[in-house]
Amino acid sequence: MVKQFINLEWKSFICSASFKTNLILKILMFVGAFFAILYFLALGVFAYYIIEEKIKVNPLKVINRGLIFYLLADLVMRYFLQKMPILNIKPLLYLPLTKNQVVSFGINKTMISFFNVVHAFFFIPFSIVLIFEGHPFINVLGWHLAILGLFYCNNFINIFVNNKDAVFYSVAIILIALGASIYYNVFDITIYSAPIFQEFYDTPYLSIITLVFAFILYKMAFRYFRKNFYLDAGLAKKVAIAETDNMIWLDRFGSVSTFLKNDIRLIKRNKRSKTTVLMSVIFIFYGLLFFTGSIEAYDGPFWRIFAGIFVSGGFLFSFGQFVPSWDSAYYPLMMSQNIRYREYLESKWFLMVIATIVTTILASFYLYFGWQAYAAVVVGAIYNLGVNSHIVLWGGAYIKTPIDLTSNKKAFGDKKAFNVKTLLLTIPKLLLPMVIYALGHFLHGEVLGFLLVAIFGLLGFLFKNKVFQIIEKIYKSEKYKTLAAYKEKN
Amino acid sequence: MIITSNLSKKYNNNLVLNIDHLDIPKGQSFGLVGNNGAGKTTYFSLLLDLIQPTTGHIKNNNVLVHESEDWKPFTSAFIDESFLIGYLTAEEYFYFIGELRGQNKADVDKLVSQFQDFFHGEILGQKKYLRDLSKGNQKKAGIVAALIGNPEVIILDEPFANLDPTTQIRLKGIIKNLAETKGITVLISSHDLLHVTDVCERIVVLEKGEIVKDLRTSAETLKELEAHFSGEAVQ
Repeated sequence: MVKQFINLEWKSFICSASFKTNLILKILMFVGAFFAILYFLALGVFAYYIIEEKIKVNPLKVINRGLIFYLLADLVMRYFLQKMPILNIKPLLYLPLTKNQVVSFGINKTMISFFNVVHAFFFIPFSIVLIFEGHPFINVLGWHLAILGLFYCNNFINIFVNNKDAVFYSVAIILIALGASIYYNVFDITIYSAPIFQEFYDTPYLSIITLVFAFILYKMAFRYFRKNFYLDAGLAKKVAIAETDNMIWLDRFGSVSTFLKNDIRLIKRNKRSKTTVLMSVIFIFYGLLFFTGSIEAYDGPFWRIFAGIFVSGGFLFSFGQFVPSWDSAYYPLMMSQNIRYREYLESKWFLMVIATIVTTILASFYLYFGWQAYAAVVVGAIYNLGVNSHIVLWGGAYIKTPIDLTSNKKAFGDKKAFNVKTLLLTIPKLLLPMVIYALGHFLHGEVLGFLLVAIFGLLGFLFKNKVFQIIEKIYKSEKYKTLAAYKEKN
Repeated sequence: MIITSNLSKKYNNNLVLNIDHLDIPKGQSFGLVGNNGAGKTTYFSLLLDLIQPTTGHIKNNNVLVHESEDWKPFTSAFIDESFLIGYLTAEEYFYFIGELRGQNKADVDKLVSQFQDFFHGEILGQKKYLRDLSKGNQKKAGIVAALIGNPEVIILDEPFANLDPTTQIRLKGIIKNLAETKGITVLISSHDLLHVTDVCERIVVLEKGEIVKDLRTSAETLKELEAHFSGEAVQ
């Protein structure tokens, strides 16, 4: 029986679309995975020595302090990326298998998932180093098992909270709030959490608690699925209650409003697009890495522009690069209607403009880091609006990846979206403004640098018509290829 | 109205459609039947310029379909769920199509209100997005959306599939009415021989991409079609 299940899994793995991509990509992916593992391994082995040398504190204490964040972040990652076991279970329902077998197969499968295994590459070598460095074996073992238990708790918690957005957002907010309050010395959760983790080391037999807890959660998950193992219960698709909003206030924008209304609904009502919005909010904080001087490599003055462009352009990049793929699910409809491409594009452009302006206003807290920081954001926004918004739409016209609006799969990048054309387009998007700024900066000073970038951005507006014409032409000439590509699901 | 000449479509040297000549006059209700893979959907996709012909062309009201887009304002279609926007409610979807076809809200409301019977209270005011409706109800919404904006040509791929018996009968009434009283050219495909013979004045049988029968519907047509398809099954 188990053999059959494993066989099924193996087939679904080999037959998945991602497996069929070309050989070079496969090799690249393999090399990438290999290095990721190597990196984790090295981190596990050397973390001890690095911490000891740099901070001169007991490395175990340092790890214990950070562990609470590691665990919370793990939960968030899982929420986004870990697939749930119930998904592929439906066809097994009417086969002559006991329900217990099917349910436990589904849940056991999550236990050997990448999200659990990857941590082993860090924690196992780290624990071994601990023992080598003279920590008593029993204590290290206790600590290690306790953490193992905690990761499995996360695993089962994630099964429960899957698809419950409210839970996810509260965890994410707690994570950010805790991080921020430590940074600003308001409240340090680690003072309370670190001793707990330390306790597992000091009294190793306590680790049984987390293991038992994980086991209880496993049983609960099992019981939950077993009880709801019906098409109209746990396996049912969630049906959202539709809210209608005629958005009459948009009518003032004239003919663009037809598409604008639709695009706003698209963003509001689909999981994938909501994730994009969330990501652009995270991008607002990206600049903190640069302006707080926390990363030495980013101290060069032209990096400010780099940061400014990302802070104000999070939505612009993550949404714009997938125009027209957002409409892939009903592209045949669009193509058989009398679509005015210009208005179609205008609507997407308009959305990006609104989002960029809003983020620029939200990002005004960068004034705290000096006027230069906020000037970089504002100038970056102008460049984004004038130049990048057009380039992003242009690049999107070449990307023919269908988007499944209802799932987050591939929300974090897709290898198909990574072709030479889009790569070339990053030059004007990012490098050019940095070069322009550097020119002004070293010729005269930062003011000239900012001014030059802003002027370039304003000049970009002049080319809007031209670029839209080009994009329209691409849409038309690539129409059949795009239609065919969108038809291939996954 | 619709003139097809020398039309063929090949996928990797596999000929899936090959129509020498087919002329569908204005106001005709035209039915396309054939087994799976006969080329029905391929033909409709070519009519809507969703795929490119390998040879030949289709002229819709004297517009070359694969060269100009001027056929779009007077042609509408419902082929499959890729013609629905899943995250909209039925009303929002109708208004969207209406706006694309130059109809204001009142126009759309007026048209849609004629189909209360057809909807059977399961489409309008449902607080559900189209993606959450059943297959049959999705189809109802898609078919009615194809009637918005006074099209002169309406293309429906398998309109009867997934519909309940009551709705099938109502749909037959709607389609007949379109061709007979409004002079609209209606093209439908179906696997249900009884329905097509009820609704269509003319029925064309496709087999492996070729036209093998072109019948003007009469009392004997259903018998003839049944004989044709059962004969094929025996071979």
